[in-house]
Amino acid sequence: MIDILKDRQNQVFEGRKDQKFEMSCDKISAAGSVSQRACVFCGSRVVLYPIADAVHLVHGPVGCAAYTWDIRGALSSGPELHRLSFSTDLKEKDVVFGGEKKLYKVLTELIDTYHPKAAFVYGTCIVGVIGDDMDAVCRTVSREKGIDVIPVHSEGFKGTKKNGYQAACTALSNIIGTGDISGIPEASLNIMGDFNVAGETWQIKSYYKRMGVNVVASITGDGRVDEIRRAHGARLNVVQCSGSMMTLAQSMKEKYNIPFIRVSYFGIEDMSKALYEVAERLGDAAMLERTKSLVQEEVAAIMPEIRYYRTKLEGARALVYTGGAFKVFSLVRSLRTLGMKTVVAGSQTGDKEDYQQLRDLCDEDTVLLDDTNPMELAKYIQEKDVDLLIGGVKERPIAYKLGVGFCDHNHERKICLAGYSGMLNFSREVYSSVCSPVWSLMPRRRKFTGGI
Amino acid sequence: MVIADMNPVPHEAARNACHLCAPLGAGMAFAGVANTLPYLHGGQGCATYIRRYTISHFREPVDIASSSFGENATVFGGKGNLFKGLNNVIKQYHPAMIGVASTCLAETIGEDVAAQIKEFYLQSDGWCPELIFAPTPSYVGSHYDGFHRAVFATVTALARAGEKKQNINILPNMISPADIRYLREMCSDFSLEATILPDYSETLDGGSWAEYHRIPEGGTLLYDIRRMGQSAATIEFNNFLEPEVSAGNYLAKTFGVTNHRIGIPVGVAAVDEFMKLLEQYSRISIPAKYIKERGRLLDSYVDGHKYVFGKRALVFGDVDFAVSIAAFLAEIGMIPIICTAGKERNLPELIKPHMQKALEFHIFEGTDFVAMGEIADKLKPDIIIGSGKGYPLARRLQVPLIRLNFPIHDRLGGTRLRCLGYGGTQELFDRVVNGLLEKQQDDSSIGHAYL
Repeated sequence: MIDILKDRQNQVFEGRKDQKFEMSCDKISAAGSVSQRACVFCGSRVVLYPIADAVHLVHGPVGCAAYTWDIRGALSSGPELHRLSFSTDLKEKDVVFGGEKKLYKVLTELIDTYHPKAAFVYGTCIVGVIGDDMDAVCRTVSREKGIDVIPVHSEGFKGTKKNGYQAACTALSNIIGTGDISGIPEASLNIMGDFNVAGETWQIKSYYKRMGVNVVASITGDGRVDEIRRAHGARLNVVQCSGSMMTLAQSMKEKYNIPFIRVSYFGIEDMSKALYEVAERLGDAAMLERTKSLVQEEVAAIMPEIRYYRTKLEGARALVYTGGAFKVFSLVRSLRTLGMKTVVAGSQTGDKEDYQQLRDLCDEDTVLLDDTNPMELAKYIQEKDVDLLIGGVKERPIAYKLGVGFCDHNHERKICLAGYSGMLNFSREVYSSVCSPVWSLMPRRRKFTGGI
Repeated sequence: MVIADMNPVPHEAARNACHLCAPLGAGMAFAGVANTLPYLHGGQGCATYIRRYTISHFREPVDIASSSFGENATVFGGKGNLFKGLNNVIKQYHPAMIGVASTCLAETIGEDVAAQIKEFYLQSDGWCPELIFAPTPSYVGSHYDGFHRAVFATVTALARAGEKKQNINILPNMISPADIRYLREMCSDFSLEATILPDYSETLDGGSWAEYHRIPEGGTLLYDIRRMGQSAATIEFNNFLEPEVSAGNYLAKTFGVTNHRIGIPVGVAAVDEFMKLLEQYSRISIPAKYIKERGRLLDSYVDGHKYVFGKRALVFGDVDFAVSIAAFLAEIGMIPIICTAGKERNLPELIKPHMQKALEFHIFEGTDFVAMGEIADKLKPDIIIGSGKGYPLARRLQVPLIRLNFPIHDRLGGTRLRCLGYGGTQELFDRVVNGLLEKQQDDSSIGHAYL
């Protein structure tokens, strides 16, 4: 029997009738809890990572850069600078005497070698402690090299991953508004919070193109500095992964009067809703018609196969744990499309409102988790008799060890899960794990193996 | 012949670094001690990133706790976080030992972790697990240093004097779980009781579970570590570790346990040396099984010698790994291009005795993958040997990559790859020869099915 740590009792809702629902989220992980969450730096790094024509330099000892080398499945249609890992690789003498000189040299060298459109410089824990004036170094290099050199204040200890998202948004705000916006048509938007993992942004762009909507900038999937400079010329911000991008959407509303909507591109329901909302905001009756026929065509194309998977998956039970909470909503709905039930759901960075919404969406007895850990995940996999875990690589072995299927829905994956074809891929992913015959050989598993 | 090497273009940045930070190595070493939870004193991200990196290789649960520093802990000190963290770990994991390693953040703000741990130990009412501390700021050394510092800290804290016994200690360096298992098998075949530290052959490479384990089974027993000072000898698989952090040196100085520092036993000559030590301390001669393994290995060397002769192999990784593999490559007539991740004292001199058989060899220190690319463009290797992170380079050069060492994130079975002993050398030799043959076949317009 695994107990919940006292420090975490307000972050675990067990779905019991006698338990008051009040999530105490948005706080630093309890020491010793083995959180699945990383740090402020991680938040900034994941958001800015896909900008493919910028140098991303991590200012600190080597680890932070080494662990994030080519870590995301974010694709680029052109330059691939984002797939390189650059670090100032601070050593003991730099920590003692300060790392500014080294930062200057490294930046200059990288800009001369790779000729990027801009450079992002990420501050790590010890940079915040030794007091390097990153801003000053960035200003100097920017002046000398004639490109934007943008400090990202992502010192790991200064909050949670969410604070890292905000630091990334601040960095992006520095570029937005610096490009020429003449000639941008009325029906235009920015895609925000899609990171082009396995080409997902391209998938979404193709839908918008068919609808007759112009995409000004993708922030940041397959991102380009010059595109982002023009983002203030769009008529609408369409925000996915709202946890990471809301700060930017809000500031663009205040500064440029660009309205925003929150969407998700995962699952048939949410994908369609996103396209219809965009059509309503930006288009005329003709665009709405085009959108309708697009949705009908796409849905018709995938449904026969999905119906087949549904016959195999009906009644299976899932645990969903992701970085952002908004994705969980879509996954709960997508699993319903497949006849599956979400018995445990949680996120690393959800806020109170998100959890309330999740509570309303899920069943009465669904367990809800904020910033959970391996022991809790194992506990509920066992207690709730889970058949499938949806999460990232860190969660995978917990499922596999217990003979439970797994679907990677994190940024490392190489399979496109957005849009209609993405829903089909998702269904295949779920089917090929839940219905694999290997489970029948595993000591902990008894059922759900006869599907093939 | 030693080539006076031109170093790659000097550069300030680490560009696709080949080394990782010290706490990662410490975490891996601590995970090889029975019923032990690794713990990082610092920010939450370090533990999580290191877990993700390690899990992708081992494909096993790797739980590493963290003090989860926020701004308060950073400004006012992390003692409160450490105490809370240790208490939570004790409640949740019931460990026999917690292996605490520090991060750059804790070290930079000047935490006296050793004193804090002592205080925790004294104030804890009743039972408290063993608390071991290894200082591993990431701005000093690499994962290699972190690994050895954790071993050193564990041994210095736990080993006790006592009546001398016949057993031996083996400190095997960062080798694969399969290599550790084979090592155990060898010792057992020599009827030799050996304490292997660390031993993550089961903790990081175990079977499917009927129920969740708080800490995976396996690992070096604390009981055995406590008796390491009573062993007849220690065999360390490293040539280049600084003597002051060598646990073998410590055991020799403190308890008079004879220390043998040999490299990782790869290749006939190096394995022979290791076998002699096993014979010496077991007092039995080499079992027939190994004579036969050795015979088959030699026979395959003959079968394959022409395919490999004069071929250039770029081998990269930490210094002990790279040099041990390079010595094997020299033994079979290949030309090693050694790229080490760190910088050692006087390496080009130290390496000479290991390269006596080499027709030619090259050595570069402190290389990252961009530097390696520049080296490769000049020296044109036929094959690359090292971790899965060599893949982008191998792909660009269109040469085979023989995956070995840590990490392997792009293939299954990284934990089952071997290079140690006659058996492991056989596996490696076959993979190298076949890698070259496959390349030859792929490049040929004819595609012979006899080679």
